[in-house]
Amino acid sequence: MKDFADLFTALDRTTKTTVKVAALADFFSSARADDKLWTIALLSHRRPRRTVNTTLLRAWAAETAGIPLWLFEEAYPVVGDLAETIALVLPEHGDADDVALSEWINLIVGLRDVGEEARKAAVIDAWTRLDRVECFLFNKLITGGFRVGVSQKLMSRALSKATGIDEAVIAHRLMGDWTPQTTTFDELILSGDSSDSHSRPYPFCLAYALDDGVESLGETADWMAERKWDGIRGQIIVRNGEVFVWSRGEELVTDRFPEFHNLAGCLPDGTVIDGEILPWRDGRPLEFQSLQTRIGRKTVGKKLLKDAPVILMAYDLMEDVGIDIREVAFEKRRTRLEELIGDADTPALRLSPLLAFDDWPTLAAEREVSRAHASEGLMLKRRGSVYHTGRKKGDWFKWKIDPMTVDAVMIYAQRGHGRRANLYTDFTFAVWKDGELVPFTKAYSGLTDAEFNEITNWVRRNTLERFGPVRRVNPVHVFEIAFEGIQKSKRHKSGIALRFPRMRRWRKDKPADEAGTIEELHALLNSSDV
Amino acid sequence: MRKDLLEFTDRGIYCPKAGVFIDPWKPVDRALITHGHADHARPGHGRYLCTAAAAPVIRLRLGEIRLDTVAFGETRTINGVDISFHPAGHIPGSAQIRLEYRGDVWVVSGDYKARPDSLSETFEPVACNAFISECTFGLPVFNWRPQSEVMSDINGWWRDNADAGRTSVLGAYSLGKAQRVLTGVDEGIGPIFTHGAVENTNAVLKAQGLNLPRTVQVTDEQGKEDFAGSLVIAPPGALGSNWMRRFPRVSTAFASGWMAMRGVRRRRAVDRGFVLSDHCDWSELNEAIAATGAERIYVTHGYTDIFRRWLEERGYDARIVETEYRGDDLEEASSGAEASP
Repeated sequence: MKDFADLFTALDRTTKTTVKVAALADFFSSARADDKLWTIALLSHRRPRRTVNTTLLRAWAAETAGIPLWLFEEAYPVVGDLAETIALVLPEHGDADDVALSEWINLIVGLRDVGEEARKAAVIDAWTRLDRVECFLFNKLITGGFRVGVSQKLMSRALSKATGIDEAVIAHRLMGDWTPQTTTFDELILSGDSSDSHSRPYPFCLAYALDDGVESLGETADWMAERKWDGIRGQIIVRNGEVFVWSRGEELVTDRFPEFHNLAGCLPDGTVIDGEILPWRDGRPLEFQSLQTRIGRKTVGKKLLKDAPVILMAYDLMEDVGIDIREVAFEKRRTRLEELIGDADTPALRLSPLLAFDDWPTLAAEREVSRAHASEGLMLKRRGSVYHTGRKKGDWFKWKIDPMTVDAVMIYAQRGHGRRANLYTDFTFAVWKDGELVPFTKAYSGLTDAEFNEITNWVRRNTLERFGPVRRVNPVHVFEIAFEGIQKSKRHKSGIALRFPRMRRWRKDKPADEAGTIEELHALLNSSDV
Repeated sequence: MRKDLLEFTDRGIYCPKAGVFIDPWKPVDRALITHGHADHARPGHGRYLCTAAAAPVIRLRLGEIRLDTVAFGETRTINGVDISFHPAGHIPGSAQIRLEYRGDVWVVSGDYKARPDSLSETFEPVACNAFISECTFGLPVFNWRPQSEVMSDINGWWRDNADAGRTSVLGAYSLGKAQRVLTGVDEGIGPIFTHGAVENTNAVLKAQGLNLPRTVQVTDEQGKEDFAGSLVIAPPGALGSNWMRRFPRVSTAFASGWMAMRGVRRRRAVDRGFVLSDHCDWSELNEAIAATGAERIYVTHGYTDIFRRWLEERGYDARIVETEYRGDDLEEASSGAEASP
């Protein structure tokens, strides 16, 4: 696993894409074929099935390190990563002969079939043979979740460099329902000929945020606009008489959405539609929360189907009667999509309406009423644009509405973890209710490093009380909290729950007694009711 | 019951019997200073006492102050309290301060590092009844590799950069860490430049007899081509600043105990993080505390709540003290005195 560990270290050390691509291309040119395949799998979030639960891993790590379990558990949130915490508390050894990445993975997969004592022995043996980086990677293989800042785009580019195959072709071949057990490097990458290619989705075309004024886009006549729907991006495939539903996270979620199962009867074979899966009733979207009840479930009961029914708000067409039409202009793809949806005539498929506008102010006014349509802003697409692979600047833009805000008082502070372990970054905020401060949200992000340093120094000197890692501080600092949505919640004391809360500004100009009130939040709640 | 020899006040650690404060953070009449870092040696006190080895840097940083010095191990008696300074191994001249009154011995560790670093006076355990210990890295995830291995990594990084014509800029605290790195680098690789804050400190330490390699201060006199293949040592705060623009092709690195954590390493956004700390790691802390023989341990700056509980389980009477010491060397950027050349 030495070469894989070196690859990881090289990727982890740099933020420069050229360096990452070079390191990957190098690895893809020289590594064993099965290691290459596993590396592609790991970097695209396909991991071996978990064969040891993390509770056991923690207990074994604490035991091997000679520390009590509670101490391990306290150290873990500071480091912020279980695999790394284990690697750090164990004494470093590193006398493993060079066992290949795929051999370690096979060992991990094989643990399913042995008893707990044998599992423990195998894991501890691995720990004592691997050096610190390898040990961290081994733990990552067991626990899952590799994040090394390698996008599909970078991986496609590197594979293209190593094999000479076109980057967009590689990107498409990487999609879909393959695992290292069901294919080989040759099949997947070199010939693109896996047996289950009829379920393979297209890489999603992604939009950039519109940072400059909308006028910067030029002529309104070149653009089409729709609402930006707040659901789950989905791709529906009808091929060989079968339906496949893919999420943007490249997860096959067909089973979770029975609403789409009859689409093979309404759409021609060889149809691939891009759209937003939305919870929907009586002609309008339900709260995003109700979709969340659907996301985690593999099986969907009758009650759930009734409480949170979904539709696909369709907005693009990538494949028509089996032909890849991604290079056709958006305007024409859209016309064809309209025909298909019309012919399908099923409540599960709706067409994302186009917004009529002759000038930018008209469109800006549409954007202002986004919340009333349960959307989070507008999407702008160039009429003549192709369906890009991944994120390309210039053709698709999202023009989101400004967040809701409230000024709140910081009342508790907690150290961050991982990259912010030495700073106080996790805060609880309160607003006024009848002369008292009631906590209503936590927030972690939005301040600059300098501001986090400043507040950290302040917290250290202004702690009133400690509850374990949490410090109650003088309630004097006011922050503007921005958020995307607000909902009623029975679980929270304040009776509300926010979506994506973050600190937008440190209001040093504002004394705590001028911060917001619970009434203010309730007013926002009513205005955003759908 | 006997009164505690030391008290913890909002000005700092105080010995009422002797009328002295140790590393106070607010102005007091009489201050004993463990070492010259900004969070321990602050301006505005009436009289200062520190080791002769720590004094030059403290004078450099605090200017005209009333400063008296003692040698390591020398005893001063104030109103019956015997006070002496003992090597803390943190930076050159850094001391633990021992106070004894009628057989009751208290020791304040200041910042300390138990393993030798070939630069600072080596840490000596001091037997005591009560020990006030920092615990900046008081978690079992902090386990330092030997200095020689880390230095060999630093040299390897510099050599690779030099071969590729790049300038290697290493962020290191200007007092202590910078000199520790300087004594370990391979001068054969290329020229060594320093930021003004490091060069000033070097000059003072060289004058008191420390053996440091030849360095050249970065000034506007030099052109971009002068830096190719060189190593530049600068305080961490300089790394993100305009000061860096003068280096054409650069690889950046940072040397700190915090670099042990991948998350912190990534947040610093430097090309390399070297795990090199002037504080104790987990096992050093535990060994150092055991070596004092103290029953009562006060822990300060660091993961105090966790470390206190750990000590308590090991049979110590362990307590937390709130101080205004920072202990970590990641945030030097916010200290104005450090950032200016």
